[in-house]
Amino acid sequence: MKPPPFEYDDPSSVDETLGLLAEHGDAAKVLAGGQSLVPLLNFRLARPDRLVDINKVTELDYLTLENGSLRIGALVRQSRLERSEDAARAVPLLREAVRFVGHVQIRNRGTVGGSVAHADPAAELPVALAALGARFRVRSARGERTLAAEEMFVTHLTTALEPDELLTEIEVPVPAVGTGYAFVEFARRLGDFALGGAAVLIRVAGDGSCENASVALLAAGPTPVRASRAEELLLGRAFGDASARDAAQAAVADLQPTTDIHGSSEYRRDLIEALLRRALAKAGERAKEAT
Amino acid sequence: MTKKEVAIEINGNVFRREVEPRLLLSDFIRHEARLTGTHVGCEHGVCGACTVQLDGEPVRSCLLFAVQAGGHSLRTVEALATADGELHPLQQAFHETHALQCGFCTSGFLMTLEPFVRDVDPAELDDATIREALAGNLCRCTGYQNIVKAVRLATERIQG
Repeated sequence: MKPPPFEYDDPSSVDETLGLLAEHGDAAKVLAGGQSLVPLLNFRLARPDRLVDINKVTELDYLTLENGSLRIGALVRQSRLERSEDAARAVPLLREAVRFVGHVQIRNRGTVGGSVAHADPAAELPVALAALGARFRVRSARGERTLAAEEMFVTHLTTALEPDELLTEIEVPVPAVGTGYAFVEFARRLGDFALGGAAVLIRVAGDGSCENASVALLAAGPTPVRASRAEELLLGRAFGDASARDAAQAAVADLQPTTDIHGSSEYRRDLIEALLRRALAKAGERAKEAT
Repeated sequence: MTKKEVAIEINGNVFRREVEPRLLLSDFIRHEARLTGTHVGCEHGVCGACTVQLDGEPVRSCLLFAVQAGGHSLRTVEALATADGELHPLQQAFHETHALQCGFCTSGFLMTLEPFVRDVDPAELDDATIREALAGNLCRCTGYQNIVKAVRLATERIQG
């Protein structure tokens, strides 16, 4: 229950960090909040030769709202996102989601960038960010690129990040005025890993039809699952119980969640369907209130 | 592995040591600073027994390395009572409501809850809010009921 030995660097700038990652490649692992990585080290499930600790790279600790985007530096702690009134006004889905992340002690240390880079399909922030159409800015000594959620999340605990790349920023487009939102999940105990969940954004037109729908599912597959079939079923139809039921059924039709000690695959699929219906109802209500 | 020199401020005292980077902060606190009030339970961030305050915020000391704590200000359970042994109102409330039995988890609860009982809006102090605040700490003895009572009592005394 003690971590294996490793070499340790604590660079103070992005450039210095990228230099270290370029030099050490696969042998190095980035340490941000450490709320997932350090347990893996303590269990000796991970044995990197070197940790590159980015906690002193304060240039990545920013949360700004400009030109219709919320820009979240990769080092922003989850608790800062949770407390930010600006973020809550612009993208309320994120506050609703981040409150489910672990416990207060975890959120005080864990980072938004770390949640993304760890890529656990049962993690709340990647699912919320997928629903929001967030863009992930990634840098290396070779240059910079921007990835969408579908490109970023490859499979269980695996992203498209190359060993020399660092996630530096998450850019979240601010949803249009009148967008309803909901983040719903179920866990056996508050703060435990959720067995299923859903993030939803809905916009309803004056005639009651759905003019925008974004749905992402939690713990539904190896990555955050964007339920595009459900979105298609919602679009253009009168928004209500009937369309929500059809969309939820369609969303889980092809899912094969993992069976484990906490629940069978069938149970989880039914659970996600029920949670998605609740999320759609809640988001629909909020959309109507907002218009 | 290359050792690193760290200077960590704990409860107002600076502890300077040369340590391996892999030394957990919880082990630094107990074995180097000899402050054994901080307990180590699961060592993977689940039980909350090792909770301390880093710059005033509760964190799990088993998920930090000692080398990361240089330049930060730490508080452990030893900082709660006064020098002449008078208990902090939260400790006193735990004592009076029997909010502990074996006591192993207690220091973690206290360090988690101290900012909570100070800052919570008394109008929002319902059972759900209290239980959410202590959800990151496990207690195997009390069933939590008396800990919830202690939080209410301490909040009344501190804010009342």
